[in-house]
Amino acid sequence: MASKLTTSNRAGWGFAIPGFGLIMLFIVIPFFFAFYLSLTNQRLISPNPTEFVGLSNYDRLLSISVLTLEPERDDAGAVIREDDGAIAYPRVRTLTRNNPDYPQYQGMREWFRWHWGENAKVVVAKDVVFWKSLRNTLMFVIVVAPVQAGIALGLALLVNQKLRGINVYRAIYFMPVVVSIVVVSLLFRFIYDGNDGLLNNVLSFLTFGLFEGRDWLGDPNTALGSIKAMSIWQGVGFHMVIWLSGLQTISPTLYEASSIEGASKWQTFRYVTWPGLRNTAVLILIVITMQAFALFAQVDIMTRGGPLDSTTTVVFQAIERGYGKQDISGASTISVILFLLVLTISLTQRYLTREK
Amino acid sequence: MATVKLRGARKSYGDVEVIKGVDIDIDDGEFVVFVGPSGCGKSTLLRMIAGLEDITDGTLEIDGERMNDLEPSKRGIAMVFQSYAIFPHMTVRENVAFGLTINKVGKVEKAAKVAEAARILQMEHLLDRRPSELSGGQRQRVAIGRAIVRDPKVFLFDEPLSNLDAALRMDMRMEIGKLHQDLGASMIYVTHDQVEAMTLADKIVVLKDGMVMQAGAPMELYHEPANLFVAGFLGAPSMNFLQVKVDDIGDDWVQVSSTVLASVKVPSKGRGFTTGQTATLGIRPQYLMTGIEGEGMLQGKVVLTERLGSETVVNLAVADGSTLIAAIAEDAVLVSGNEMSWTFDPALAHAFPEPLE
Repeated sequence: MASKLTTSNRAGWGFAIPGFGLIMLFIVIPFFFAFYLSLTNQRLISPNPTEFVGLSNYDRLLSISVLTLEPERDDAGAVIREDDGAIAYPRVRTLTRNNPDYPQYQGMREWFRWHWGENAKVVVAKDVVFWKSLRNTLMFVIVVAPVQAGIALGLALLVNQKLRGINVYRAIYFMPVVVSIVVVSLLFRFIYDGNDGLLNNVLSFLTFGLFEGRDWLGDPNTALGSIKAMSIWQGVGFHMVIWLSGLQTISPTLYEASSIEGASKWQTFRYVTWPGLRNTAVLILIVITMQAFALFAQVDIMTRGGPLDSTTTVVFQAIERGYGKQDISGASTISVILFLLVLTISLTQRYLTREK
Repeated sequence: MATVKLRGARKSYGDVEVIKGVDIDIDDGEFVVFVGPSGCGKSTLLRMIAGLEDITDGTLEIDGERMNDLEPSKRGIAMVFQSYAIFPHMTVRENVAFGLTINKVGKVEKAAKVAEAARILQMEHLLDRRPSELSGGQRQRVAIGRAIVRDPKVFLFDEPLSNLDAALRMDMRMEIGKLHQDLGASMIYVTHDQVEAMTLADKIVVLKDGMVMQAGAPMELYHEPANLFVAGFLGAPSMNFLQVKVDDIGDDWVQVSSTVLASVKVPSKGRGFTTGQTATLGIRPQYLMTGIEGEGMLQGKVVLTERLGSETVVNLAVADGSTLIAAIAEDAVLVSGNEMSWTFDPALAHAFPEPLE
């Protein structure tokens, strides 16, 4: 068999090799290369030779702990309070910097804390920015996947009617998809602008001047939400088209049968439309999830991860570290973690939506 | 159980009128078949009765109540579709019970009704299967089950057997006939297959171009077709037509002849003829017989014989260029190319004033 494939089939291999080679070079090899690099200390440009460092990259990225801070007490054992009445705690860095009693917290920094009775629980991580990016990405996926899929389905149901000029609506809803995300992001930077942005102007007009305006992308509380809203708007048309194609595979006689049985609009959707869209739904959910995990361009153009890391994402971190900080091994580690995360979620989704 | 009455029913799509004023009366418990060629409007008419299409003009009454503007579900009808229209993601039980689920009928009543329908259709063993595990005939049975459960006043069937193979079609045809006997409900059945129409119907409505050509009992239509179209549409093989000239007219007869046909007197059945006009003579293939040489009414050359066992179908070429078909006794052996004499009973022939197209 081997001899037949390699010798007597030269022309076949000749035709296959260009495509095969490109796929190997740009997809398969980089994929495995990422795994390999994540186990080394490779930098983009470095005079030192590459060393194998095992899982220390993963350890540095993923190490996370919760430590408990007890209130500072005076000699009588009473809790010391700040001027504003808040309980005073020792500083975290007394525990995480060169403290021989707590070697496990060495080099960690505070991510966030909450209060548990008098004590404070502090989540510390070696790489707080990575954890923030992971949280932001997950928050993005959790909001964008269902909302975008839901709005797209709603639009698809609307434009699936037989009305005059319905194609105009289909085209309008699809238009943002055709525009590059880079252009959309630039435009939305103007819309979200804190000084004289369109959104502030419109809101102020609608509320008769009551709304005072805010810097949407400059405020950690609204920056990620603004990016979510824009991303949903930009991608919803694409998923609408996929839903639409799913809707059109449902036989019209099924609708007629259900109307004869007296099904209401909701019952028709529940018993005819939705079951008919099962496969489409699985596809859309997985596609949106994967797209959402890859969130990068919007962040890069609109906020560059800020303010206060409130919009930084996993892919943004990978690129920032790999090319910005020349830390190729760190970027590879992030890529591998993202791959495993997306794989796990996709497999879980497939399992949950499997044919029973 | 109900009567259905259509009066001046019309249907237009824009400027195109597809149903052009139809009057039909269906009695309580009657099995009515709408039959006609493709595009004659029979399915549209059924869908108008079902409420799936608006009625542009005229009235539809079921049990004496005007139904024009009622929702399909409020008309007391159930419909069985050609493509079955059963829900692929539900089991047979859920499919049959669909209408009951929608209308929030109690569990006990639902189970009883489904069991009853399954018993009538002998499909108890299929109830927990999914449609993908069923054959075409079984799927159609599920669709009929769903109709039975609704306990409708009128059953509507839209070419229910067209997607089945020939053998299955015959079985299901008999079952639908039996179902009608058992339930005694009014049924309206649309088909383009005249065998289904002849075997199932109490009354056949023949439609063409959105108009009723004739309505009546199957044998009435077969023996007394009102016009050329009905005569040609019903019966297999279909009726032979010859172009003839009217020579003489009597009280209840008309004498016709042509270049290939000896002069014959056939019943005129009250149709108006004028002497010398061109008319059409119709003879059923079953009534065409071989005659004694030299004494036949017409001469025909045997072109092709098809021996079907129960009968032999003979294609004949006649001198004026027309083709005739004779269905003769099973044991007849005819040699192709032979010129033969043929005869028929003029009393069983039909004369139509319309010229042959």
